[in-house]
Amino acid sequence: MPQPEVRRSIKRSAVSDQQRRRELALLRQTQQRSDSQNRARRLASSVFTLSSSSSSDLILPDKGILTRAADSEEHEAHLDESVAPARELNVVQASKLKGREARQWFARQLMLPEWMIDIPPKLDRDWYVFARPAGNRCFVVSSNGTTISRLRNGSVLHHFPSSLPNGSRTRDSSGPASSYCVLDCIFHEPDQTYYVIDMVCWRDYSLYDCTAEFRFFWLNSKLAESGACNSPSTYHRYRFSVVPIYDCNQAGLHAAYSTSMPYTKDGLLFFNKHAHYQTGNTPLALVWKDNFCSQYFLDTDSQGLVPTQQQVVLEMQEDGKLTTSDDPPVEFGSLEVDFIQKSEFRAGNLLRFAIKDESVRVVDGKLEIGDLQFISKSNRARAFADSYSKVFFQYAARHSPLKIEDIAASILPNLPDDSPIVDVEMGS
Amino acid sequence: MAMEITQILLAAQSADGQIRTVAEENLKQFQQQNLPLFIHSLSTELSSEHKPPESRRLAGLILKNSLDAKDAARREELTQSWVSMDPSIKSQVKESLLLTLASLVSEARHTSCQVIAKVASIEIPRREWQELIVKLLNNMTQPDSPAPLKQATLEALGYVCEEISPQDLEQEQVNAVLTAVVQGMNQMEHSSEVRLAAVKALYNALDFAQANFENETERNFIMKVVCETAMAKEPEIRQASLECLVSIASTYYGYLEPYMQTLFNLTSNAVRGDQEPIALQAIEFWSSICDEEIQIQEESEEEDTGSSPHSNFINQALPVLVPLMLETLLKQEEDQDQEDGVWNLSMAGGTCLGLIARTVGDTIVPLVMPFVESNITKGDWRCREAATFAFGSILEGPSVKKLAPLVHSGLEFLLNAMKDHSSHVKDTTAWTLGRIFEFLHSASSEYSVLTAANLPRIIAVLLESIRDAPNVAEKVCGAIYFLAQGYEGGDSSSSLLTPYLGDIVTALLSTADRADTSNPRLRSSAYETLNELVRCSNLRETSSMVAQLLLEIMNRLSKTLELQIVSSDDREKQSDLQALLCGVLQVIIQKLSNSDETSSIINQYADQMMILFLQVFACRSSTVHEEAMLALGALAYATGPQFAKYMQEFYKYLEMGLQNFEEYQVCSISVGVVGDICRALDDKILPYCDGIVSQLLKNLSDPVLHRSVKPPIFSCFGDIALAIGEHFEKYIPYVIPMLQGAADHCSELSPDDDDMQEYGNQLRRGIFEAYSGILQGFKSSKAALMVPHANRLLKFIEAVVSDKFRDEEVTKAAVAVLGDLADALGPNTKVLLKDHTFHVELLGECIQSDNDQLKETAVWTQGMIQRVLVS
Repeated sequence: MPQPEVRRSIKRSAVSDQQRRRELALLRQTQQRSDSQNRARRLASSVFTLSSSSSSDLILPDKGILTRAADSEEHEAHLDESVAPARELNVVQASKLKGREARQWFARQLMLPEWMIDIPPKLDRDWYVFARPAGNRCFVVSSNGTTISRLRNGSVLHHFPSSLPNGSRTRDSSGPASSYCVLDCIFHEPDQTYYVIDMVCWRDYSLYDCTAEFRFFWLNSKLAESGACNSPSTYHRYRFSVVPIYDCNQAGLHAAYSTSMPYTKDGLLFFNKHAHYQTGNTPLALVWKDNFCSQYFLDTDSQGLVPTQQQVVLEMQEDGKLTTSDDPPVEFGSLEVDFIQKSEFRAGNLLRFAIKDESVRVVDGKLEIGDLQFISKSNRARAFADSYSKVFFQYAARHSPLKIEDIAASILPNLPDDSPIVDVEMGS
Repeated sequence: MAMEITQILLAAQSADGQIRTVAEENLKQFQQQNLPLFIHSLSTELSSEHKPPESRRLAGLILKNSLDAKDAARREELTQSWVSMDPSIKSQVKESLLLTLASLVSEARHTSCQVIAKVASIEIPRREWQELIVKLLNNMTQPDSPAPLKQATLEALGYVCEEISPQDLEQEQVNAVLTAVVQGMNQMEHSSEVRLAAVKALYNALDFAQANFENETERNFIMKVVCETAMAKEPEIRQASLECLVSIASTYYGYLEPYMQTLFNLTSNAVRGDQEPIALQAIEFWSSICDEEIQIQEESEEEDTGSSPHSNFINQALPVLVPLMLETLLKQEEDQDQEDGVWNLSMAGGTCLGLIARTVGDTIVPLVMPFVESNITKGDWRCREAATFAFGSILEGPSVKKLAPLVHSGLEFLLNAMKDHSSHVKDTTAWTLGRIFEFLHSASSEYSVLTAANLPRIIAVLLESIRDAPNVAEKVCGAIYFLAQGYEGGDSSSSLLTPYLGDIVTALLSTADRADTSNPRLRSSAYETLNELVRCSNLRETSSMVAQLLLEIMNRLSKTLELQIVSSDDREKQSDLQALLCGVLQVIIQKLSNSDETSSIINQYADQMMILFLQVFACRSSTVHEEAMLALGALAYATGPQFAKYMQEFYKYLEMGLQNFEEYQVCSISVGVVGDICRALDDKILPYCDGIVSQLLKNLSDPVLHRSVKPPIFSCFGDIALAIGEHFEKYIPYVIPMLQGAADHCSELSPDDDDMQEYGNQLRRGIFEAYSGILQGFKSSKAALMVPHANRLLKFIEAVVSDKFRDEEVTKAAVAVLGDLADALGPNTKVLLKDHTFHVELLGECIQSDNDQLKETAVWTQGMIQRVLVS
C-alpha cells in the first residue's frame, strides 16, 4: 500500500520562482520564435501582393478602362494609354502614384453594391444589414506615416494623420514602418467622422479573399485597438467609428431600419456573409432606400432637386451604344452617328438622359427603355455611369417601390434553420 | 534444473567489500549469460524453506528487479525478455512464487507477494496467468488455510491491484477479489494481522470497485465493513481504514450521501480523541471532500453542461465542521515554525479550513470570526496564533467584498501583532499579511485593501520585521512578494510602490546576507522576492534603480568565484548561491530588454556579465549551470548580433549543456538557448552549426534522453534553418529523415494516455516548426530542395488535422506550415493542393475560431494557397 500523497500545508508557499523563471523564459522564446517566423512570412506576403497575378482585385484591369475615367482633362486620355501604369500594382505602390493616375487607380478599388430590385433568398441566414451613414463613400489608406481618403472617383478628400497603423508620423511600436491598411468608409460631415463599413487590408494582411463575416469580425476587433476610434487629437485628426451590423433577421432588420443611430441614415446596406471583397459592382452587396430612412430616396439632379422625369447617366461606347457601368455592360439605347460627330463626344463619355415613363417596359423581369432624351454631359466629377440595378430601382421607386414590409415579410419569423416547409395533410 | 546460488547470494551481502563486489559481478554475469536459468534459480532459492532467510530475501529482490525498473526503456526491455522466455520456465517460476506464500518465513512471503505483483503486471494485461486470481482466492476459502497464508494472500492481492488497471480484470474476478478482501476484514473470523492485510488490500482494490459501488447492497456492505474497521481496537487497522475512506471520498464522492452522518461522527471522534496519525487521516477525509466539491464547482463554471452532481456535503456539515477544525488549530506543537513542511493537527486543520473556505465562500466568514475575535487578544500564545491562523486561512474563497471591511478594520491590529512576544504569532501574522496581499490587493481592483494612506505604515512594519527571526523574515519576504505582485499591470504611468523600492531592495539584499541561519530558505526567499519586485516594477520610474541592482548582483556573483572551496558541501553552497544570483540577472536582463531605452544598459554591461557567466560555467567540471544558461539566453537575445564575439568562448559550454542527458532540464534549456542565439546572430551562427546540428541529431537518436527534450530540438532545427537560410542545405539529408521518422512515430502514440497525448501534440508542433523554418529559410533560393518532401509533409499535416486530440497550438503550427509550403514552393504545390482538399475545411474552421492569432495565420495561409491555385 503506497503512502497517500501528503497534502501541502496552507502555510507553505506554493510558489517556485525557479519554475516560474523557466516558464517565463520558455514563453519568451516561443513568442520570439513566432515573431521571427512571422517576419519571414511577411516578407513573403509583400512579394505576393506586388507580383502575383492572382490577387486580381488589387490589380488594374485592362488599360482600356483608363480612357473611361471621367476627368477634367479628357484630352489627355490618349496620353494615358501610352503611359499606362504597370498592370500590376498594389496599394503601397499605388499610394505613390500622383494626380490622375492615382485617381484612376483608386476609382476602381471600391466594392459597389447593386441596388436591391428584388429580395435575395435566405436573407435572414446569409446576410447582414446595417444603416448606411449619409455621406461620401471613400477609400482610406494609411501608409508611410500618413492617411489619405479618396472619394469614389479617386480624388483626394482628406490628407491627414490618424491612429491607423502607420497612419501618422508617431512612433508606432506595434508594427514595421512599411505596414499599411486600407478601409472602406463613409465620411459623415455632421460629426466629421469616418464610418468604416468594410476592412480591405489591415497591417499588411489582405482581406480581399476573406468573407464578409470574417472581415467584419476583423474590423470590430482590430479597429478599436489601434486607437482609431478615439477622439481627434494632434496625431489623429478624424475619428473613425464602426457601424452596428446586424444579422438580417426580423430583429436585425428592425434595428437597422428604425433605431436611431449616431449618424444620419441614408438607406440600408445588405452584405452577403460569404462574399469576398470584390471591386466594382456586385450583387452580393445591396443598397436599399425608402423615404423614411433616406433623404435621397429619389435621385436628384445637379441642382439637388427631384426632376419630374427619371434621369440616368450612361456611358457612350465606340459604336455609339449607351450602356450602364455593369460588367458586362447593359445597353439602353444608342446615339446617332451624326449626333456624336456634331457633339464631339468620345467613347467613354458619360451622358445624362431623361426617360419617358411610358417608354419603359419590364419584359421577363428586365427593364427596357424605349426613349432616352439627351440632357447634357454629366458632372465632371463622376467616374461611372449608372448601374442597371440603380436605373431599375429608381424606376421602381417612382412606380411600385420595394417596401420595408416586403423585405420584412420575406424573413420568416421563428422558422428553425434548414427545416423545409412541409404541407400538413389535414383530415387524412 | 536450477543452479545452486545460495553462497553467491550470501556473499553479495557480506560485510567485506571485496567479497561483495566479486559476488555482485558473478550474479551480473550469470544474468547476462543465461537469463531463464538465472530467473529459475532465483525463484527456486526464494521458495526453498531450508535456505537461509537472507539469501531467499535477496533472491526475491533480484527477481523483482529482473522484471521491473524505474526507467521506462529499461522496464520495456525487461518486460520483453520475460514475455519471450520459455513458457515452461515461466510456469515453474510462478508456481514456486505461489508456494512461497505459505512459507513459515515472513520475509519470504512478503518478497514473494511483491514478485507475484510484478509478474502479474506483465501478464494480466496480456490476458495471461488468468488462474492467478483463482489460486489466490483458494487460499482464502480453504478452511484449513493458516493465518499467515491468508495474510500473505491478501497482501499479494493488494499488490496485484496496485500494479494493474481496472480494465485488466473481468467483473467476476473483481467481485471475487472484493468478496475475499471484505471477508478478510471481518473481526469475528480473523486475526488482526489478517484484517490489517485485508484493509490494505481493499485500499488498492478500491479503483476496481466501480460496479460494486453502483450496486446499493454491495456498497452498503463495503461501507459498513470499512466503518466498523475504522473503529477497530488496533490503531493500525483504524488508520488503514481511514485511508480507505479518504480514497473513497475522492473516487466515490457521488455515492456517499447515505453514509455522511456516520462518517461525520466517526471522523470527528477521530479528530478529537484518536492518535495523531489517525486524526490527520480523519481531517484528510474532509479535505478530500472539499477537493471534490471545488473541482465540481470549477467544472460547472467552465462548462455549461456535463459536470458531476454536487452533493453540498461541506455546506451541510458547515456548522459542525468549522468548529471541529477550529479546535485543531489550538493543538500547535512548540517550535513548529522552525521546520519546513511540518505536518501536525494544527497545520492539517488550517489547511482543511482553507479548503472549506474555497468550497463555500462567504458563508464561512461568520462561523470563523467569533473564534478569531475571542482568541486574538488572549494571553496564551496558542490562542492568538490560532486566531490569526484561522483568519489567514479563510482569505481565499469568500468574496473580496465580504472580506475587505474585515481586513480594513483588522489591518492595524495585525501590523501591531508583528511585535508580539511570541515568534509563532509573528510568523503566522506575517503569513496572514502575505495572504491579504495575495488575495485582496490588486492595483486594478476596486476593493484593494492597500491605499496610499496605509502603505507607508505597512512598508515600515515589513521592513522592520524582515530583521526578525529567520522564520518570520521568510514569511515577510513572502508578504513583500505578493505586495509587489499586486502593483503589476496597474496604471502604467506610475506605481504607488516606486518610492519604497529602494528601501525594500536594500532590506532584501541584507536579508539574503544574513548569517544567523543555516537554513538556505531565507536566502532564496529574499532573492526570489527581489525577482518579483523587478518583474512587477514600473520600468519608466525604476530603470536607474534596476541598473544599480544589476551592478550589485554582478558584484555578488563575482564574489562567489572567490569563495574557498574545500569540500563538496562548499561547492554545493557556491552553486546554490550562483543559481540564485544568475536567476536575478536573468530577470533583470529580460526586464531591461523590454524597452529600447533600457536595453542599452544591458549592452553597456554585456561584456562584464558574459565574463561572469563564463566563470560560473567554469566552476563546474562536468555539468553546466542551468540558471546561468537561462540568463545567457536572455542576454543573447538582448544583445543581438554583438553576441557573436562571445561565441567562441561560450560554445564549449553550450555543447556541454546539449550533451547533459542526465539533467535533462539543462539539456532542454540549452536547446532553447540555441534558438535565442540563432535569432540574435542570424547567419553569424554558421561556423557553429555543424557542431550544434550533429549534437542535436545525436540527442534525437539517443533512447536515454528524456523525451520532453525532443520536441524542442525539432523546433530548434527550424530556428537554425531560419537563421542560416540556404546554408541549411547540407543538413537536409540528415534532418528530413528525422522529421519523417518522428512524424510516423506520432501516429503510434497511444491516444488513451493523457501524457502521451500532450507529448504527441508537442512533437507535432516541433516537427511543424522545423519544416516552417526550413521552408521559409529556403524560400528565396533553395525552395526546390523541398519539393520532393512536399507530398509527405502534406500527408502528415492531413493526418494531424484529422486527429481530434490536436490542441490549438498544433493547429496553428499546422496551418502555418501549410502556408509556408505554398509560399515557398509556389506553383510546385498546385497539384498537391488540388489533390488534398482538406485545407479548405481546415482554414474555414480556423477562420471561425476565437483565437485571433490562429485566425490571422489562417488568413495568411488562405492567401498563399489562393495564389498557388490560380497560378
